[in-house]
Amino acid sequence: MWSRLVSLGLRAPVGGRQGFTSKVDPQGSGRITAQVIEHLERLALVDFGSREAVARLEKAVAFADRLRAVDTDGVEPMESVLEDRCLYLRSDNVVEGNCADELLQNSHRVVEEYFVAPPGNISLPKLDEQEPFPHS
Amino acid sequence: MLGRTLREVSAALKQGQITPTELCQKCLSLIKKTKFLNAYITVSEEVALKQAEESEKRYKNGQSLGDLDGIPVAVKDNFSTSGIETTCASNMLKGYIPPYNATVVQKLLDQGALLMGKTNLDEFAMGSGSTDGVFGPVKNPWSYSKQYREKRKQNLHSKNEDSDWLITGGSSGGSAAAVSAFTCYAALGSDTGGSTRNPAAHCGLVGFKPSYGLVSRHGLIPLVNSMDVPGILTRCVDDAAIVLGALAGPDPKDSTTVHDPINKPFMLPSLADVSKLCIGIPKEYLVPELSSEVRSLWSKAADLFESEGAKVLEVSLPHTSYSIVCYHVLCTSEVASNMARFDGLQYGHRCDIDVSTEAMYAATRREGFNDVVRGRILSGNFFLLKENYENYFVKAQKVRRLIANDFVNAFNSGVDVLLTPTTLSEAVPYLEFIKEDNRTRSAQDDIFTQAVNMAGLPAVSIPVALSNQGLPIGLQFIGRAFCDQQLLTVAKWFEKQVQFPVIQLQELMDDCSAVLENEKLASVSLKQ
Repeated sequence: MWSRLVSLGLRAPVGGRQGFTSKVDPQGSGRITAQVIEHLERLALVDFGSREAVARLEKAVAFADRLRAVDTDGVEPMESVLEDRCLYLRSDNVVEGNCADELLQNSHRVVEEYFVAPPGNISLPKLDEQEPFPHS
Repeated sequence: MLGRTLREVSAALKQGQITPTELCQKCLSLIKKTKFLNAYITVSEEVALKQAEESEKRYKNGQSLGDLDGIPVAVKDNFSTSGIETTCASNMLKGYIPPYNATVVQKLLDQGALLMGKTNLDEFAMGSGSTDGVFGPVKNPWSYSKQYREKRKQNLHSKNEDSDWLITGGSSGGSAAAVSAFTCYAALGSDTGGSTRNPAAHCGLVGFKPSYGLVSRHGLIPLVNSMDVPGILTRCVDDAAIVLGALAGPDPKDSTTVHDPINKPFMLPSLADVSKLCIGIPKEYLVPELSSEVRSLWSKAADLFESEGAKVLEVSLPHTSYSIVCYHVLCTSEVASNMARFDGLQYGHRCDIDVSTEAMYAATRREGFNDVVRGRILSGNFFLLKENYENYFVKAQKVRRLIANDFVNAFNSGVDVLLTPTTLSEAVPYLEFIKEDNRTRSAQDDIFTQAVNMAGLPAVSIPVALSNQGLPIGLQFIGRAFCDQQLLTVAKWFEKQVQFPVIQLQELMDDCSAVLENEKLASVSLKQ
């Protein structure tokens, strides 16, 4: 799967970033290698854009490393402060909707009732870390 | 009139001393005069005047909707407002007009409040200075106050007064500046790591963060779903309670709101029996970076409670030093997920590239987001990588539980309310603030405020006194979960004791028809 990725968009001229990744010092902090950078940019669909950005990530990671000092044996991860409560479920009745026109108005490219996207011939399934876009 | 409390103005409206339209126009003209503060991104003049007209009709017919009817308010620009541009101070959403109102906005409108406009913020509410939005930084009204200017003349001979203006704090800086400069009576902010309390402290306001689950987040463009709450900025605690009374309550559109019967109207008792209180002082919050002035005010506040008979205990929140790190990891991770929805397809900015979906998304996001947002997305994605997930994200979730437990333990030891500083020091000049990058500043400035978001507790920043430079310093009270009313009651008592001075902005107000402190109103009868 990754070899398919490498042949894609990242090497394509998407703005002036060509050759940036090759300039990165592979020693760096040891963890933010060129490979990691490419991988992150592919996942986030956001590019670093500059060496400062990579340096900032390195600092952020170094900052986060401080967590290692905490003893969390036997501690359960906490996802929500309301974990002890039951989630309220409303009854399964349609109470609103039929607002296609309003929703379509906010998009730049629309044809009839469709949002228009560029060709999806690079049609990979969405990667784990990215959620499908929710309807409002 | 503009310097009055909500309840006083409401009474004046009922008695016909002033009409909603007059009030609205006064605020609008003041907004124009204070444009240089850059507090507002969008001023919804027509909407406000129309609402004022309707409010006037209601008052004429004796059918006012309540204390908020006809009251000018402002809303931070990351709350969706139907028909009014909502940008989150980002290129990504410039020109975006939501088709619906956020629940909290709808609630305010249902109570008849007048929406003055959308206020400025850090881009997507990421930051602690309100300096990183695409519409420019927000200036702290206290930079132009008599109190600050007089002190400066004593200390500096510089004539160039405007280059040294101060930040408001963030990220709800626009809301804070709007309320502090009297352009509205209350403003909505959002609080994820202190974004309401931080600017409140720097601008001399009451900044209230409700318990997580008390107020609906529907329509608040999310940053960190497990920590965000809408926040309230007002000039006094009573006003905050009135607004909270209007906003609190379950919402079927937000499944993280709590459905327990906690929605009684928030009428604060006017006297708290202080001798029954137990105040906790977390010792780990006494950090070396804390300015001596804040430290001394903190200590005086503790002494004040003690002198009135309250018990004042030192408590320990042992994981405090890790909480900012934990917050950093969880925040960036959730941000990485929440920002994934901005791809240019259904709303927001869209670039011109049409080569492929991925290329279009990537370019749209590069053009739409600034460095701060991109940096957090990338950091978040790093922590969520398969090889890092356990060591960073899950680890941070575990540390979060430890932090939340710290608070539970502190409250279980008999403490009712914790007292801490809100910020390390008073507001700093913008030129000073930008010397460090956003992430560093956030890590420094959020230190006292973010642990509260991780535990989901209510907290409020109360302005206490002016620093030696004539700038506001605030202190923070933290309460137990869903004991917001008790927290506000204590805060109200404290506010009365400290009598924080009103900001003196006469130079701005000179040709405004209402002069603040010297105005003698015909006696307004307030029925409690």
